[in-house]
Amino acid sequence: MPRPPSSPTAPPRSFRWTRRIVLTFLSAFALLPVYVMLSSSLKPLQDVSGKFQWIPSGFTIRPYIDIWDTVPLARYFLNSLVVAGAATVLSVVIAVFAAYAVSRYRFRGRRVFTVTVLSTQMFPGILFLLPLFLIFVNIGNTTGIALYGSRGGLILTYLTFSLPFSIWMLIGYFDSIPRDLDEAAMVDGCGALGALFRIVVPAAVPGIVAVAVYAFMTAWGEVLFASVMTNDTTRTLSVGLQGYATQNDVYWNQVMAASLVVSVPVVAGFLLLQRYLVAGLTAGAVK
Amino acid sequence: MTTTVTPGRTDRAGSGESVGTKDARGRLPRIPDRIRHGGLPYLLLLPAVVLELLVHLIPMVIGIAMSFRQLTQFYIRNWGQAPWAAFDNYRVAVDFDAPIGRALLHSFYVTCLFSVLAVGLSWLFGVAAAIMMQENFRGRGLLRAVFLTPYALPVYAAVITWAFMFQRDNGLINHVLHDQLGLTDQPSFWLIGDNSFVALVVVAVWKSWPFAFLILMAGLQNIPRELYEAAAIDGAGVWQQIRKITLPSLRPVNQVLVLVLFLWTFNDFNTPYVLFGRAAPEAADLISIHIYQSSFVTWNFGSGSAMSVLLLLFLLLVTAVYLLLTSRGRKTADA
Repeated sequence: MPRPPSSPTAPPRSFRWTRRIVLTFLSAFALLPVYVMLSSSLKPLQDVSGKFQWIPSGFTIRPYIDIWDTVPLARYFLNSLVVAGAATVLSVVIAVFAAYAVSRYRFRGRRVFTVTVLSTQMFPGILFLLPLFLIFVNIGNTTGIALYGSRGGLILTYLTFSLPFSIWMLIGYFDSIPRDLDEAAMVDGCGALGALFRIVVPAAVPGIVAVAVYAFMTAWGEVLFASVMTNDTTRTLSVGLQGYATQNDVYWNQVMAASLVVSVPVVAGFLLLQRYLVAGLTAGAVK
Repeated sequence: MTTTVTPGRTDRAGSGESVGTKDARGRLPRIPDRIRHGGLPYLLLLPAVVLELLVHLIPMVIGIAMSFRQLTQFYIRNWGQAPWAAFDNYRVAVDFDAPIGRALLHSFYVTCLFSVLAVGLSWLFGVAAAIMMQENFRGRGLLRAVFLTPYALPVYAAVITWAFMFQRDNGLINHVLHDQLGLTDQPSFWLIGDNSFVALVVVAVWKSWPFAFLILMAGLQNIPRELYEAAAIDGAGVWQQIRKITLPSLRPVNQVLVLVLFLWTFNDFNTPYVLFGRAAPEAADLISIHIYQSSFVTWNFGSGSAMSVLLLLFLLLVTAVYLLLTSRGRKTADA
């Protein structure tokens, strides 16, 4: 943890000035697109079509009204919400079970499992995009279960994207919870699953929240699979947002307004819960 | 299976199980405790294993099989019928004198350069920010939120905004560089031509440095305070503490962080796809986009798969060499 400012080694001037410069630069870099997004979303169309203006000449909330008509944004929004929400819930539950098994039991294949799961992170998405596309198409043809073009297929895909990191992080987190606690619970008559849900899960809430945030963000932001695996009715935001740019005129003010609208839920959620993510990483992954 | 469990644990777990069977009887068939104990972890892992198999491992095996076939759009419904092509797809992909091979090689070079630059800068920004914010000061929490915002923004929303900023006639970048600073004679094109590489690196760094910052910030919290106090008593200044304590303590974190950043950057599809659309300019033709185009635009899945397999082999090799080198480096440093 940080040293209090009154410590005998108050940082010298050189450090404080470097810090001021570096942090100012990085803040400007980080926030520049946010400023552009916000200011441009409030400009009339002729302002975003002409030269860029730092200070808008006039404000209008028109773009925020128009975005819902130019493309079916509400439907995309709903699709994204369903897909990302379901993928998050499933991914967290599955990761909790898997991490509990790895953290609390010594069994054959334990190492193979962790190494394999982690190494899937290395695969280029493009390598399994093509086969997965074919598998989904073929499952649809032979069994009638529509995975290709459906939300279900996308949910299934996205939940596995966040699974490796989630399992990895939760293993570290569960390891940091004393084993005696759940063993005592078992002696008191809980089964192994009882110990998991009554002792380990409550103690690991920060880690689980962090994993859920990560899973939701992963699903909400994914572009590659969404561009191939969805059709008009199941399209998610990541692909749908490009609808503003296919016309001859790009409605930049509407693009920015829509970007802002789809960003607010995740950014707000993330910033509220980020301290859990840091805590979770400190206890789990970064060791 | 139970042999790997230490005796003490088996006893305690065993006594717990015998009590637990009472309320678990309804759900699970009555089987001896030892087997139940042995089977439970596998049961817990089952959903994860099935899904990993379905979405990652089986498709990967199929992908490798596909790379040996002449798989065009006529065979998509039953890819097993596609004619066997042996190593033809690979031969075409690595024939660097022919257009397809040359384009792939060029894309590979671009991706390597892009990854090195983007990872290097992201790490540098991340480590600078993490170290500068190790100590508490007024506004630190706010700054942390500011820094993490690019990471939290959905990729497409953020990258579309950058695409707007890089527009030639109405973008912010040209407004600043040309109109306000007068650095260029003409407003430049950023999203086509050679400049597109610069644009791509800027956006990639913007997007990934907060992740480096996040991980390094967590890593710094695990460095014991006593180390700094002892160093301060010995008369070490802040800069010396950073060099002698902070950076060496971050070594294990860095080892994983740099590798993960590299793999993500090298495989990045989202950034170029949203920034440039389907047809990336040649100077910014990253390998994922390149393979995507060769597969879905020309509908030649066989050759696309062969390129993907080559990419995977390259990444495996890099990862293995990297882990070997960094692990050995760490051992000698400890000795």
